[in-house]
Amino acid sequence: MAFRISRTGLLFALIGLAGLVLPFVQFKPNRIVPGEGLRLFEALSLPLGWIIGLVLGAVLIAGCLERWPAKLRLTVALLAVIAVTLALGAAATQLTPPDNTLARVSPASGLWLLLLAFTLMLADAQSRITLGLPIRLAMLTGAMVLIAVILGSGALDGVSVMREYAARSDLFAREAVGHLALAFGSLGLALLIGLPLGVAIYESPAMRRPVLGILNILQTIPSLALFGIMIPIFGWIAANIPGAAQAGVAGIGLFPAMVALFLYSLLPVVSNTLTGLTGVNPATREAAAGLGMTRPQILVQVLIPLALPVLLAAIRIVLVQNIGLAVIAGLIGGGGFGTFVFQGLNQTAMDLVLLGALPTIALALVAGIALDLLVEATGGRPKGGQA
Amino acid sequence: MIEIQNLTRIYGTTAVVKDVSLTVETGQIAALVGTSGSGKTTLLRMINRLVEPSAGRVLIDGKDTAEIEPHLLRRQIGYAIQGHGLFPHRTVAQNISTVPRLLGWTQDQHRARVDELLELFQMEPADFRDRMPHELSGGQQQRVGVARALAARPDLLLMDEPFGALDPVIRAKAQQDLRDIQRQLGTTLIIVTHDMEEAVTLGDRIAVMDKGELLQYGPPSEILTTPATSFVSDLIGTGDRPFRLLSLTPVAEIIAEGQAEGAEIPREASLRDALAECLWSGRDRLPVEGGGIVTLDSLRAQAAPTARAAE
Repeated sequence: MAFRISRTGLLFALIGLAGLVLPFVQFKPNRIVPGEGLRLFEALSLPLGWIIGLVLGAVLIAGCLERWPAKLRLTVALLAVIAVTLALGAAATQLTPPDNTLARVSPASGLWLLLLAFTLMLADAQSRITLGLPIRLAMLTGAMVLIAVILGSGALDGVSVMREYAARSDLFAREAVGHLALAFGSLGLALLIGLPLGVAIYESPAMRRPVLGILNILQTIPSLALFGIMIPIFGWIAANIPGAAQAGVAGIGLFPAMVALFLYSLLPVVSNTLTGLTGVNPATREAAAGLGMTRPQILVQVLIPLALPVLLAAIRIVLVQNIGLAVIAGLIGGGGFGTFVFQGLNQTAMDLVLLGALPTIALALVAGIALDLLVEATGGRPKGGQA
Repeated sequence: MIEIQNLTRIYGTTAVVKDVSLTVETGQIAALVGTSGSGKTTLLRMINRLVEPSAGRVLIDGKDTAEIEPHLLRRQIGYAIQGHGLFPHRTVAQNISTVPRLLGWTQDQHRARVDELLELFQMEPADFRDRMPHELSGGQQQRVGVARALAARPDLLLMDEPFGALDPVIRAKAQQDLRDIQRQLGTTLIIVTHDMEEAVTLGDRIAVMDKGELLQYGPPSEILTTPATSFVSDLIGTGDRPFRLLSLTPVAEIIAEGQAEGAEIPREASLRDALAECLWSGRDRLPVEGGGIVTLDSLRAQAAPTARAAE
């Protein structure tokens, strides 16, 4: 009988097999010098490395066949991701000589490719199954718990990134709070200003072009250029206007970072507010007015509830965008995970860069998925259309 | 009584409604008929001030509507539109109780009113109260739309093509139900339609509009027998004229003495129904329920404008 080859499976297999051939980890005498690459077979003690390598290879090749049920594929891919992660931890523990605090074992290209191959397989399998909202919410929570358990178990403590973490766990907690404050604070500000602005340009169509035009221009200014403009302006204000410095205005630090993120958030919030409101069926609006609702009543009782899915979509865009963008705040002393990224870049310590980058990516992913689920939960009923 | 006096609406340089005056007596149905762009909808929307008149005024029971806050005015006037405009995020009960809640009725009051209206429109309250609009058929949505318009017991009800989205069978039933409910409640009703058939079926008075002007305003029989302009006769359509005329009178009004064979026809059936029955069953006289007959000759006499004029 003929076996059909899955094209996506073939792609994942090529990526993953390349990962098995390329170095799995890098062993470095200290955190800055370039190190020696070790393949999965070499990085782990003798039978273990070969067993894991061969099993992963077999899974990748078997994944090329069409005949796998999606749920089985999902489970296998998830187990493979966990296996690769634990193999990294084991390799780090085995390779680091005892009592040596300088040597580092970092993830290398092979590990990243293996993780990429299996997470792609995971995502591919998941997209083929239609799962209900509660199950997907449970899956998200489960994934977070799993990560917490693996990190908490100490299995990865030998890995370079975790060693960097161990050296700065207090700082990490502070920067994490700072990062969240930047992302959520700028989102809150953008909603506070952007929602009324969106409603205002909905009410007076003549204002739409100029307002959206200005916000569009703001959106296109590169973040570094924006800081370049703001540093002298806010610096001058802080120095010359009484009370400004006490109120937190400063050329560098948290204030300009917050302002920049806020400005970037305005366009998505304002334009989605407008889209959501104009998307409401005119007959519904007409009926609301004809029944004797006042303008504020129409807005609060009819338009905003019906525009809610589009507004939540805006919050999703802004939150994911700002979690990523907040890294740049590290450059001007604004705090957040960017602090580690830029420190690491300055010291050519890639492990420190990862300590900033990995949690940022994880945060953005979790925020994005969680809000997607929320959008779906509220958008389940038909929007303002001919119900 | 609704008095529309010299009402005009100008957009830019075009007059969409030009100097229209008409009066609707309390408890009557006035149908505004015209092609699209005739200004009939704008005229209707000026009555509840969704559109502000450029000139002229509207008096409801002698009171000038310009003196009432627009949203307070609208809460006193029922309003139902094509495509019903139900709030898709609210249940049937919440939709119907919109105006009572705006008026600050107690929960007990508006709940009782919702059930009363659902029963009036032959929808089982326990079954329909908590449904969402998208869980209803087109005909049910339309009925909920009218129930919502009637919720606060308005003396005046405005309807803009309320049956436009319904298929012909449901539409005829909905028209009949509306007519019955209107008679029962004594509500004054002004309805906009592009369909002369609907206007003749429902209207005590028909106002024909074209290019913003009121061409003719009178009872259906007058519009049918003596159209004021060629536009009005075009709108009536020469082919259907006699049948529309017959549809205005019930059988009860032309009963003659005598005996006839075959199935009886109800007293409240229209002459049009009687003619159709004669032609279909090949009879030239029909027995009427409760005694008497109706003859093909008498039907023929009623179908011509000259006969009516002679009466």
